[in-house]
Amino acid sequence: MDEMHKPSRRAFLRGSAAAAAGTVAGAASAQTADPLITDVQDWASITGAGVDETPYGMPIEYESHVVRRNVEWLTASPISSINFTPIHALEGTITPQGCAFERHHSGAIELRKEDYRLMINGLVDKPLVFTYADLERFPRENHVYFCECAANTGMEWAGAQLNGVQFTHGMIHNMEYTGVPLRALLNEAGLGAAGDLKDKWVYVEGADASSNGRSIPMEKALDDVLVAFKANGEALRMEHGYPVRLVVPGWEGNMWVKWIRRIEVSDTPTESREETSKYTDVLEDGTARKWTWVMDAKSVITSPSPQMPITHGKGPLVISGLAWSGHGQITRVDVSRDGGITWETARLGKQGDTKALTRFYLDVDWDGAPMLLQARAMDETGYVQPTKDQLRETRGENSVYHNNCIQTWYVNAEGIAENVEVS
Amino acid sequence: MSKSPNILLPALGVTGIVLGGAYGTMTRSYKADEADIARAQAQAAEARLVSQEEANTDLKSQIALVQDSAKAKIAELEARPAVATSMSAPAPVRDGAMGLGREALLEEIAAWDVDVLPDGRGLPEGTGNAFDGEELFADKCAACHGDFAEGVDNWPVLAGGFDTLADEDPVKTVGSYWPHLSTVYDYVYRSMPFGEAGTLTPDETYAIVAYILFSNDLIDDEFELSHENLGAFKMPNKDGFVVDDRPEAEYAAWSVEPCMSNCKEEVTVTMRSVFLVNTPPEGGSESVMNPASVEGLPSFSSAGASFIPEAQAKPEAVVEVAAAAVEEPADEGAELIKAGEKVFKKCKACHEVGNGAKNKSGPQLNALIGRTMGSVEGFKYSNVFQAAADEGRIWDEASLTEFLAKPKSYMKGTRMSFSGLKKEGDQVAIIAYLNSFLGE
Ligand code: HEC
Ligand code: HEC
Repeated sequence: MDEMHKPSRRAFLRGSAAAAAGTVAGAASAQTADPLITDVQDWASITGAGVDETPYGMPIEYESHVVRRNVEWLTASPISSINFTPIHALEGTITPQGCAFERHHSGAIELRKEDYRLMINGLVDKPLVFTYADLERFPRENHVYFCECAANTGMEWAGAQLNGVQFTHGMIHNMEYTGVPLRALLNEAGLGAAGDLKDKWVYVEGADASSNGRSIPMEKALDDVLVAFKANGEALRMEHGYPVRLVVPGWEGNMWVKWIRRIEVSDTPTESREETSKYTDVLEDGTARKWTWVMDAKSVITSPSPQMPITHGKGPLVISGLAWSGHGQITRVDVSRDGGITWETARLGKQGDTKALTRFYLDVDWDGAPMLLQARAMDETGYVQPTKDQLRETRGENSVYHNNCIQTWYVNAEGIAENVEVS
Repeated sequence: MSKSPNILLPALGVTGIVLGGAYGTMTRSYKADEADIARAQAQAAEARLVSQEEANTDLKSQIALVQDSAKAKIAELEARPAVATSMSAPAPVRDGAMGLGREALLEEIAAWDVDVLPDGRGLPEGTGNAFDGEELFADKCAACHGDFAEGVDNWPVLAGGFDTLADEDPVKTVGSYWPHLSTVYDYVYRSMPFGEAGTLTPDETYAIVAYILFSNDLIDDEFELSHENLGAFKMPNKDGFVVDDRPEAEYAAWSVEPCMSNCKEEVTVTMRSVFLVNTPPEGGSESVMNPASVEGLPSFSSAGASFIPEAQAKPEAVVEVAAAAVEEPADEGAELIKAGEKVFKKCKACHEVGNGAKNKSGPQLNALIGRTMGSVEGFKYSNVFQAAADEGRIWDEASLTEFLAKPKSYMKGTRMSFSGLKKEGDQVAIIAYLNSFLGE
């Protein structure tokens, strides 16, 4: 729907004229001339860095706080642990690789492309071994997908815990992945030996010491799973599985096996540790759900949020957030400023991609009164993101995983935001 | 600038044409984009000209020229056959194979395909019992999982927890939670011990798995576990799992048009963040209990907040703590030691240092500089450390710096599963910290 953009272009012209006027009005109240304007500044006089100084650029030092952070006491060792994407400080939808969250079970390993091997075996016509160079010769695709750890927001089952959206919702990233559809590799090995594909599985396993392994039903394997070797146009980072990882769109991050080394076609799920002991959801009566792969629709306001207080006082305020669904596209996001009594439909920064982060905005005039900020996502299936109460009613509080509750930030009159739970 | 409106007018006219065209069919938008670019180029050219010399009478004709050429370009684009909005397509899959990759050899498959299925398929031949397993477990696993598989510190608990799954804090262990014994064999054989994965023999693994069952009171210590009976062993929580029933239990009920106004009468805050989180510039985070309570917060109705509270206790308390810590008078050396103490948190899971320090999964680190490598009594070192001890190699600052930067490169084959201290400052600081225990 490109036509939609055309009228808004005009609207933009009009809008920016108004904004410019606003700036003038604001500046008119200044009493003394701004030395940043009236004095010649160093940077306007002395020359800057040369092109030979930064062969590969890092963010400027003033942004050095925008980093992944871990919470030490969550795990016994940082080698089998998690850190969190600074989603509070990012905008748009694409996560830069350098600050995309990490979760590994035996540390991030250094595996050269030359030493990389991928095996396909099991119920295939011809078991195969691919090198990295082989993978580069299959037709490839590009897709933007979110990758969310099933434990994202998991602490919130027990109520408002850590004060920061980076920590409540930061086990997520969204990148443009380049890779070969898994179906192409399975086709190469031949699925004749598997017979009826309906009840078949592929078991995928990583090359690191944890040899993380997961079982994926054949239907998904033949659908949209990618064997990926690039993200955001670059080689994967070590911590995201360099040189090759699996991308399982819309499904929990643990299945996106990093350093993937083996794919086995099987007549049964393996029931590995990561799909029995972990990544199963204990319900109130002590039974547990298994094979809860899909990440349901979810959203959160990233600013204002505890790490992003309102610092400008009353007046125009941009409420910015992220929404996503493992079932497809985000179709609508509503925002409430009074804890869920009244909802306003937010504006999507751009029409949502399927199984990818969508940015939403609510542009308001803040009157300086306290707010209870919430966001509520809807996806193309008509599913509406549930409240904490709805989730607890059906699942109890011991699930650990798959908490896609509506999150609340209490914003006080000074603009400081805090993670809270509401009635 | 006074003349610019006149000059811009014809340009906007062009925009009008472009927009008019774009409203045609969906498939035209691609051309419209190109036309947009042409229009932008025309505008840019015009802007340049305007700023150059306003009085130039040739200017108008030049602008007209540029605009004419833009119009011509747009007309040309309009005349081209329609281009579909989406030219993307899935990567093609061939009917037959592409001839990429090579056939996997049987011994290669045997080396990698070691996963074990619930019915026991995939198990290698072998046998073991809890009696033998106890010693192996004490040697290879207990440092983290405890002598009785009860878990040390934050490391996983492997035994007990029966009848807790419906409690507030369920204790999910091999005994109380795992549905299949195959998973225990599979995981231990492939992924444990942590930092030394893939080093157990099948017999050792059977013995260790038997010991874990024994610790869970599921067998006696004479029970011989083997590839023949493991698949049939029934775990207590075998029937404790249901396949994902969210579609029936949740999706239908939650996929309804949501309420937009007057959805509740009143909303109050029932709980505030348990932890405030400091995010220091050097990275990581520090959690601090939040002293604030829900008392004194406004409630909300459709009219908004019930009142606007006075400035209140906010995370500043925490900032003060941090500030106070910095203000403490301290000489450079003391500060470095302090920084080192912080870095040592990364080692604490495995090492102790200081008065009465004991061996954990790593050796105690007292009086380290000047100490022979691999020499702590009662600690079982890897071969590479034993060799270093035999050669009489001594820890000094240089070797320690190198080791801590990349343990696995400096000591190939070391059991220390730690990826290394990446920051030079961290290395310096930790050595200063460890040196403060030279006398211990
Ligand atoms: C240095 C510490 C350490 C040692 C030694 C160790 N483990 Fe572990 N073990 C861990 C960690 C850490 C995990 C969790 C890994 C993860 O997060 O994926 C774990 C997980 C496990 C689990 C799964 C627990 C669960 O609830 O899912 C089992 C079973 C286990 N270890 C058995 C063993 C056995 C048997 C040995 C000895 C052969 C051993 N471990 C040695 C640290 C250790
Ligand atoms: C996951 C557990 C673990 C962590 C974390 C760890 N170590 Fe170790 N460390 C070990 C083990 C195990 C050994 C014995 C190595 C061997 O035998 O190969 C060891 C050995 C050492 C040695 C050699 C001691 C000797 O007697 O020669 C030093 C020094 C050391 N570690 C320092 C550190 C420091 C400093 C840190 C933190 C920056 C650290 N380690 C983190 C497990 C660990």
